[in-house]
Amino acid sequence: MNAAAAQANAQASAQAFLSIRGLKKSFGGVTATDNVWLDVRAGEVHAVIGPNGAGKTTLMSQLSGLLPPDAGQIVFKGQDITHQPAYRRAHIGIARSFQITSVFMEMSVIDNVALAIQARRGHSFRFWTPARTVETLRQPAMAKLVTVGLDDRANRKACDLSHGERRQLEVAMALGSDPEMLLLDEPMAGMSSDEAARMVSILKSLSGMTMLLVEHDMDAVFALASRISVLVYGRVIATGKPEDIRKNPAVMRAYLGEAL
Amino acid sequence: MIDQTIARRISQLTRYIRDISGKVWNQDPQRSVNAIVLKVLIVLLPLLAFFTKLTRYIRDIGVKAWNEDPQRGVTAIVLAVLIVLPPLAFLMGQTFWLDVATRLVILSIAAVSLNLVLGYGGMISFGHAAFIGIGAYAVGIPSYHALYGGFESAASHNGFWHFALAIAVSAVFALITGAISLRTRGVHFIMITMAFGQMAFFAVLSLETYGGDDGLTIDTRSELPLISLDDPLQLYGFCLAMLFLALFMVHRIVNSRFGMVLQSARQNEERTCALGFNAYIYKLTAYVISGALCGVAGALLGNFTTFISPEMMDWTRSGELMFMVILGGAAHLFGPLIGTAVFLLLEEVLSRFTVHWHLPFGIMLVLAVLFMRGGLSGALSRWLDRGVGKS
Repeated sequence: MNAAAAQANAQASAQAFLSIRGLKKSFGGVTATDNVWLDVRAGEVHAVIGPNGAGKTTLMSQLSGLLPPDAGQIVFKGQDITHQPAYRRAHIGIARSFQITSVFMEMSVIDNVALAIQARRGHSFRFWTPARTVETLRQPAMAKLVTVGLDDRANRKACDLSHGERRQLEVAMALGSDPEMLLLDEPMAGMSSDEAARMVSILKSLSGMTMLLVEHDMDAVFALASRISVLVYGRVIATGKPEDIRKNPAVMRAYLGEAL
Repeated sequence: MIDQTIARRISQLTRYIRDISGKVWNQDPQRSVNAIVLKVLIVLLPLLAFFTKLTRYIRDIGVKAWNEDPQRGVTAIVLAVLIVLPPLAFLMGQTFWLDVATRLVILSIAAVSLNLVLGYGGMISFGHAAFIGIGAYAVGIPSYHALYGGFESAASHNGFWHFALAIAVSAVFALITGAISLRTRGVHFIMITMAFGQMAFFAVLSLETYGGDDGLTIDTRSELPLISLDDPLQLYGFCLAMLFLALFMVHRIVNSRFGMVLQSARQNEERTCALGFNAYIYKLTAYVISGALCGVAGALLGNFTTFISPEMMDWTRSGELMFMVILGGAAHLFGPLIGTAVFLLLEEVLSRFTVHWHLPFGIMLVLAVLFMRGGLSGALSRWLDRGVGKS
């Protein structure tokens, strides 16, 4: 990328909510993200698509702070967060859901969400009061469960939920910290079409929330996204409105005839 | 009612058989043998059935009480047994059993402290015996100097000083070793905690002033107001009070907001961090609390045995503590107590038959890990649940 283009990029990203600037990460000889530039505007649902192994989950992990990038910069609301640890990013308003369902299986559904809320209420060095009696955690937790439609499952253990319900719980936990931005890593992974449709309507109901969405389910992507970026071999080959991306020849080549 | 009829029937039947067999015996011994076999079958089998029925009956009564408040039910039973039985045995002249019970209570405190990190926090510490040693020497060293002079700043017989020292030194040791160990995971964590434990072991071993590997005799126990630890009953009561305090504390901690974070970090640390918790700090805090609590157990053990040696902080001791927690049921409040009780009873019983008593114990542990999820307390609660399902 030449200097002029880089400057243009930097200017564009000045107004961006979340700005990813030249992010690089390689594992041994494999480059997972190779100079990724991407801007997410406030209030938009920005989808990242791409074939398997394009580096989508690696990108997510760098954004949420679980993987340190080799080079590049991540700026959130004008603040450089490239080297902030994961737990601190959660505090400034970035929440993440995981591709591989990672709710706390041995805890009840509402305990899972209450824990997410607890994370934003200052420190948790409170050793004496039973956590399950703290109404300032239980009530908002229940409200989040209503949002994702899991309120009737509140006292089940997470391991007793179906796959689709666990994905809903995953979203409720991400919402639990009242984030300003959601990083959603394949929220529809492994879902039946019914479950996926339900998830789409849940995410649609969160209108106004800034989201970065990594997803394979193209129906879901085109139903939700206001802009789409296409990632191939760790590089962004196109960014634009859904209808532009659908017609983009480079994108069609990358997907080798897969209907978009 | 039905059971009474059965019992009456059985007694009628046995009398009948006896009369017949008496007659038969005089005539033909061969046939009388057959009669005895028959008798065994007729009497023993119903008796067995009756016994099974009785235990189930008792269980169902227990379950009813349990349903009303399970937590209180267990606590009441444990409390009652520990408060009543050992002193009763002592007053009846069985001093040996009070000794066993005191050891049980003290080691239970150590196991309860280990359960906080191993069971609830998922940190498999293989060096907890070091804290027992630190606690014991926190009693031994000040007493030694109070008696023989020197080291004026620490020398004292005061119990408050001993216990404060045990807690403080254990906590600092836990803070330093934990801060380093918790940077590692899995097997590495196990090995590094064991290494720190062995470091403490060899450090004490090299303290020639305090006997080195010959150990140190504590001539005077910790002095406390109102009670005298020289009296076996009072010592037992004091240890028991400490155990209840430890159990109550751990119960509150694991259900608090702090405990929720700790338990979530055990299940999925990455997720805990993504939610916004610095899991490392929470785990380290739990490790320090656990170490301090284990130090208290050590101070009690020093007061109980009045002889301390580096051997009590050997890595095999740490292993035994892990046995107790895992056998009894990790992450169950009363698990360590059950594990310790089974461990000590097996040690008492099996060591009478063979010096290789660790072998059957080891087999038991393997079976428990393979077939009993949640150890003995897990198996117990499942057995009770079957009763709940029935009623």
